[in-house]
Amino acid sequence: MINFEETELRLGLPGGSASDHGELTLKGSGGKRVFSETASVDLKLNLSSNNDSASVSTTTEKSKEKTTTVEPTARANDPAKPPAKAQVVGWPPVRSFRKNIVNVQRSNNEEGEKSGGGVAFVKVSMDGAPYLRKVDIKLYKSYQELSDALAKMFSSFTIGKCGSQGMKDFMNETKLIDLLNGSDYVPTYEDKDGDWMLVGDVPWEMFVESCKRLRIMKGSEAIGLAPRAVEKCKNRS
Amino acid sequence: MNIFPDEVIEQIFGYVTSQRDRNALSLVCKNWHKLERCSRKSVLIGNCYSISPERVIERFPELKSLTLKGKPHFADFNLVPHGWGGFVYPWIEALAKTKVDLEKLKLKRMVVTDEGLELLARSFMNFKSLVLLSCEGFTTTGLAAIAANCRFLRELDLQENEVDDHKGQWLSCFPDCCTSLVSLNFACLKGEINLGALERLVARSPNLKSLRLNHTVPLSALQRILMQAPQLVDLGIGSFIHDPHSEVYTRLKNTIIKCKSMTSLSGFFEVLPGCLRAIYPVCMNLTALNLSYAAGIHCRELIKLIRRCGKLQRLWIMDCIGDYGLGVVASTCKDLQELRVFPSVLIGLNGPAGVSEKGLVAISMGCTKLHSLLYFCQQMTNAALITVAKNCPNCIRFRLCILDPTKPDPDTLQPLDEGFGAIVQSCKQLRRLSLSGQLTDRVFLYIGVYAEQLEMLSIAFAGQSDKGMMYVLNGCKKLRKLEIRDSPFGDPALLTDMGKYETMRSLWMSSCDVTIGACKALAEKMRRLNVEIFNENEKVDCSVDGGQKVQKMYLYRTLAGRRNDAPEHVWIL
Repeated sequence: MINFEETELRLGLPGGSASDHGELTLKGSGGKRVFSETASVDLKLNLSSNNDSASVSTTTEKSKEKTTTVEPTARANDPAKPPAKAQVVGWPPVRSFRKNIVNVQRSNNEEGEKSGGGVAFVKVSMDGAPYLRKVDIKLYKSYQELSDALAKMFSSFTIGKCGSQGMKDFMNETKLIDLLNGSDYVPTYEDKDGDWMLVGDVPWEMFVESCKRLRIMKGSEAIGLAPRAVEKCKNRS
Repeated sequence: MNIFPDEVIEQIFGYVTSQRDRNALSLVCKNWHKLERCSRKSVLIGNCYSISPERVIERFPELKSLTLKGKPHFADFNLVPHGWGGFVYPWIEALAKTKVDLEKLKLKRMVVTDEGLELLARSFMNFKSLVLLSCEGFTTTGLAAIAANCRFLRELDLQENEVDDHKGQWLSCFPDCCTSLVSLNFACLKGEINLGALERLVARSPNLKSLRLNHTVPLSALQRILMQAPQLVDLGIGSFIHDPHSEVYTRLKNTIIKCKSMTSLSGFFEVLPGCLRAIYPVCMNLTALNLSYAAGIHCRELIKLIRRCGKLQRLWIMDCIGDYGLGVVASTCKDLQELRVFPSVLIGLNGPAGVSEKGLVAISMGCTKLHSLLYFCQQMTNAALITVAKNCPNCIRFRLCILDPTKPDPDTLQPLDEGFGAIVQSCKQLRRLSLSGQLTDRVFLYIGVYAEQLEMLSIAFAGQSDKGMMYVLNGCKKLRKLEIRDSPFGDPALLTDMGKYETMRSLWMSSCDVTIGACKALAEKMRRLNVEIFNENEKVDCSVDGGQKVQKMYLYRTLAGRRNDAPEHVWIL
């Protein structure tokens, strides 16, 4: 008979101590287990540097114990060892067909994506304004900063919010509709591919890499650049 | 029990198409068994070694459509040695000898030869449809035989097969009188094809609805083909490289606008930034989009594209879309039912680091109709899984793969037991589950208790003791396929309920703690199981002591007895 206490599913966040019934011996470290010899691997997948626990070393213990624990070795990447592209056979589980797809173009793409140097001057125009300005968008760290700078530049007009909430606004259809309904001006930009987009629709870093030109236009005119869902809502209202 | 005459019963049976339902019908009484078997048109044999072709033909003489599956699933990941088996020739041979009027053959993970294809092409006058998934062993010569001889061919669908491409003229082998094609997919072929022959074939196939090209078909040819086939519903683009300012490109854009029926796009084996604008006109009608081979598309472009695809139901994509991109999917694709996110790390792309639990949570909040998920990610947390479980209770397939397979919850450093436990408890219709991350026996306890509809379970680098496996075998009543690698389950687990394996299709265990002695004992006791042991390309030494651990074991229920086509390094106990 199953001890039903064991089946108590705690759907809250984990963090409390695991119930240490005799049957499930959860050792402190979370219980590493025995690998048979053939599977002893040093899983140091060559992922981005943000991944801080890419290194999991396992020892090879041919122990007959059912519940042994193997203390995990230091999690930090060992700088002495070369960053091996450790290959566990068949992991990650992806078909060979998929693995063999080689894309020659990718390296070309990456070259194209690199921006030249530490400045990125783009022209800024505003509908109705008699003059063009130029800004170095790399000077700013966020949409909020850019928005503030633009507001100062074209101070006689009111620019719709595209601040730090700007990106989240993008996900929020009603806010976006308000923005485009109002008489405020909204900033738009032309990207590397020649498409005109609403400022705030991609993460900031991506915006800096791809923005070629800025244009501040009336909200109602910018509706054509909005995601289709928003367009549909506006047409219905 | 015969209230109605047989003809009426047969008529009623005609409305029952699911194999499981028909199996149930055949158990009611002898008469129903006879009526059912004589009228069954379509048969699926999930394991080609579970029964002999002769017995299938004997039972279902009116067979028109046969589906066969060969190698175990882990063969996809190079875990099954070359030459293991799954040969389709004996089946084609057996069918050819009889009066079976075969119209459709669908094979998955089988070894297909040119001889087999030639025999197939010659033997069945009304043959209409050949679908090969993840098969190998044949060349374009075999395809030429199919093209040349199957006069009423409607469908030739080749998905992810390993084909030896002799760069021959197989496409030209479709005779001029062949005008019946509805679906042609040769995306997996590596060699060039005769473009003129392709264009002429498309021009004389008014019913063509699905066309998937390989990477050698250039944009210019695509444009000419689309001019001939604006009725296409499903298109697989080969190469999408061209100068966005060129005339060819402009012509393509104008041609694509005419494809009003197009709802499914895939391919893009070669693509440059800026080229995707040509397909913007069809985006709003797309219900299926497969960009998982398109390593050339930047995240930014993906986002722009997806924003236009409000009707998507199925999306296959690479993880360079990132968590933010998945957020865009979540806010745009409200009808999304199936999502697959593949790892770009495989092809050496060094971009922003893939996707994490954040992307999955966003999807679960935005895409309430989601029922199938395959997700390769950098990390996952229990909190995220619990949220996903709450948001997507209708999930049927949940396959998670963390690239570091034993990674715990990065926030709490706990195993992911609670997270997966929430999934199985909430998703009451869950039929398929793949686990990943650091996991103890606890997760298997949850699975055994809650996963009542589970049919297929994939386990890797998980668990602590035999109890884990035992919870699953004891609890999951509907389990059909269990595959386990690199987990500490041994003989007690294997032998705890030997009868269970006759209720399942198969069990795979590799790099576990199972010994030869236990496998022998199991094979001895259970005569209707084939227990196979193999190591990588070494002949298994039958004289070793029973205590030695087995590298790979695959067992399956069968009525066909031992198979005699196994290579030397596969030992059938």
